Amino acid sequence: MATTATISKKNLWGGGVEPLKASYGKLMMWFFLLSDAFTFSGLLITYAFLRWSAPAYKGDPDAFTFSTEYWPIPEKVYEAFPGFHGVELPLVFVGLMTFILILSSVTMVLAVEAGHRMDKKGVVKWMLWTIIGGFAFLSCQAWEWSHFIAGTDTATIGDVVINGVWKENYEIFGANLTYNQYGPPAFAALFFFITGFHGFHVFSGVVLNVIIFFNAANGLYERRGHYEMVEKVGLYWHFVDLVWVFVFTFFYLI
Amino acid sequence: MATAAEAHIDVHGHDDHHDHDHEQSFISKYIFSTDHKTIAKQFLITGIIWAVIGAALSAIFRLQLGFPEADLGWLRPLLGKWISPEGTLDPEFYLALVTMHGTIMVFFVLTAGLSGTFSNYLIPLQIGARDMASGFMNMLSYWFFFVSSVIMLISLFIETGPASGGWVVYPPLSALPEAMSGSGLGMTLWLVAMVFFIASSLLGGINYVSTVINLRTKGMTFSRLPLTIWAFFLTAVIGILSFPVLFAAALLLVFDRSFGTSFYLSEIYINGEALPNVGGSPILYQHLFWFLGHPEVYIVLLPALGITSEIIATNSRKPIFGYKAMIISMMGITFLSFIVWAHHMFVSGLNPFLGSIFMFLTLIIAVPSAVKVFNYLTTLWKGNIVFTPAMLFSIGLVSVFISGGITGIFLGNSAIDIQLHDTYFVVAHFHLVMGAASSFGLLAGVYHWFPKMFGRMMDARLGYIHFWLTFIGIYSVFFPMHYIGIAGFPRRYYSFTNFDAFSGFTDLNMFISIAAIATFIGQFIFLFNFFYSIFRGRKAPANPWKSTTLEWTTPRVPGHGNWPGEIPKVYRWAYDYSKPGAEDDFIPQTVPFSQTMESNLPHENDMIALEKEMDAEEIVVHEAKH
Repeated sequence: MATTATISKKNLWGGGVEPLKASYGKLMMWFFLLSDAFTFSGLLITYAFLRWSAPAYKGDPDAFTFSTEYWPIPEKVYEAFPGFHGVELPLVFVGLMTFILILSSVTMVLAVEAGHRMDKKGVVKWMLWTIIGGFAFLSCQAWEWSHFIAGTDTATIGDVVINGVWKENYEIFGANLTYNQYGPPAFAALFFFITGFHGFHVFSGVVLNVIIFFNAANGLYERRGHYEMVEKVGLYWHFVDLVWVFVFTFFYLI
Repeated sequence: MATAAEAHIDVHGHDDHHDHDHEQSFISKYIFSTDHKTIAKQFLITGIIWAVIGAALSAIFRLQLGFPEADLGWLRPLLGKWISPEGTLDPEFYLALVTMHGTIMVFFVLTAGLSGTFSNYLIPLQIGARDMASGFMNMLSYWFFFVSSVIMLISLFIETGPASGGWVVYPPLSALPEAMSGSGLGMTLWLVAMVFFIASSLLGGINYVSTVINLRTKGMTFSRLPLTIWAFFLTAVIGILSFPVLFAAALLLVFDRSFGTSFYLSEIYINGEALPNVGGSPILYQHLFWFLGHPEVYIVLLPALGITSEIIATNSRKPIFGYKAMIISMMGITFLSFIVWAHHMFVSGLNPFLGSIFMFLTLIIAVPSAVKVFNYLTTLWKGNIVFTPAMLFSIGLVSVFISGGITGIFLGNSAIDIQLHDTYFVVAHFHLVMGAASSFGLLAGVYHWFPKMFGRMMDARLGYIHFWLTFIGIYSVFFPMHYIGIAGFPRRYYSFTNFDAFSGFTDLNMFISIAAIATFIGQFIFLFNFFYSIFRGRKAPANPWKSTTLEWTTPRVPGHGNWPGEIPKVYRWAYDYSKPGAEDDFIPQTVPFSQTMESNLPHENDMIALEKEMDAEEIVVHEAKH
């Protein structure tokens, strides 16, 4: 082993070695993530394109009301918190969600670190925490979605089409893919599409984490002699986290 | 079946397994194979089947364009109700034909058929690897492509017809099922097939890139890689970065079609009825689509250029001219391919200032392209040219690449493009530079590597006949189209005789159609040659073209693991042809400089010390392992 290491240092790109000091599996994960980053970029560019082609709210932020005519102020949309009905808590809940997801990235780092030390117990423990974090995030998202779909106590008046019939001055509650009470149709459609696409990534990540958790608990990686699979899934998990930071910025902050 | 495949993967898990001569079942050897050579052949044969279908579709619509008055009733057994009772082609089906011709040729033949075949076949063989990094993912890549193919094929036979909005499937036409019959189920199947196709291309692409980075044999530095590998590597990088954007665009289109969103739709009336969609933008789709669509041009072209570099150097018996310049040009093309997409949208209402930026970037591509062309010509210059069929097709590629590339400079100018946009001038341009050039590369590759793939030779005489028919045919089809295009004939029109403005040139259109159909029929010579030679061809020697690269150091028919015994080491670049002082007119990459003292250049003599070091390391590592 020691000799191989010195050789690879001498002639890194000479062939017969792994020049980036990463196995092909890890490289593949990186390239997949690069590719996936382009998918999300496409979607976020779509968001920006449609967001800035819609009219913005020009008035005083304190006097803001929902209308299908202009793009809403995000803080006025995302201000609910479970158990605090009627209290305005702008971005508190989504802040909590973000905190949970970032925390689960921390536990994932600890799992990877435990894997480097060949500490099976540590890997299992921290993978479990990561899985719990993932589920917690998904549950929060489910609540956020259902609240977004159900809507607020007061309706927004707008023109909509339901089953092919035009209805003028219709009382809109909540949101679906075609119309919503918060703003132009694209507002909710983009919310569902992009946070849904991200949520699907989180869900896939949780499934992968569960598989890795069981494999680690059953001692598969111990027998294999390394915990590289934990690292690979860790890369994916951090990526999903990173994407959330961008999604969060686009939807909730700008 | 599943257990067989799994057992198979396990075998691959061990790096040091050198003897792969164990018996495999038919299924794991030929169907669910993880061997890159078998997968390459699967891609090739599927691609050939698609090419026949795609070309046949073009023959049908050329009949319509060349002979608008003809009675096509005799096609009824094949096309059924798409031929009207009066014996004319259904106009909507005409649109379906051009759409499917484009989709099939661009994606299924020239992306999967070309990259899938030659990246898979040549990457492990030319870099000195036993197989791809992940044979299992490689197998998945083929089978995703297969599923995609089946879905696309089914869409040809459904009652409402396949997708008909052009291969670019612009919304709103493609987004509204009520817009045309092809935008119904046919469009849904198109999108589903493309999702599988993108997954396949991604699985293949990340495998190619990882394999080239990690699995090169000892001594195979990046500056010793054959240009084929450089081309496949960069092609895979382009695919990894551009297909996901098409994926995003297609998913948004699926939502617009099926779930009531308005990402691409705004303020549309159908039959006087206003649709509820507001706030979307069809231009957004064009941006997303062409962010893939333009790099896609290079995804089909670069492998063909790589193959050509290899074949021209081998058959000119000369080192490739400007090896490093070739690599830098390809890198330049790769980079530029991502920042020129809006030149497809000059007439979409794009800001003219933005248009001039994209025009500037587009015209820069002429520089690396011209570097490549001049390098081909200077490689040919004063060479001992051996005119094999592969060589003829490679030279043919250079020819169509020049004549099609020059019109690209016209079209890249936004002012001229406004006149020529969506005319037959564009059709002529991209068929020559992308369609014909890539097809020539594909055919050249098949003729050149057939002996390694199947252990037998293709018949050269049939190859010559095939080449001249194809070469003359291609120019007869596409050269007259420039005139038709300059005269203002728009593409995708069902019939020109219905318009006074376009009623001229019927003779030219007739000529194009006859040439197209003759060229199509000419391809059956190749098909016969190909399939006959697989079984009955003359047995090939191990290195029939006296080539330097690693794949020719394998046995006549390389087995599982490619090389019996150790993987060869590499000591020199891939282009030591006709080296002054050398005994033969080629020195394989596996021959150390210490054995060719008579032909070494001064700096190569200095390499001998390094060679010895490399060989010494080998021994140390072996000792350390044991």
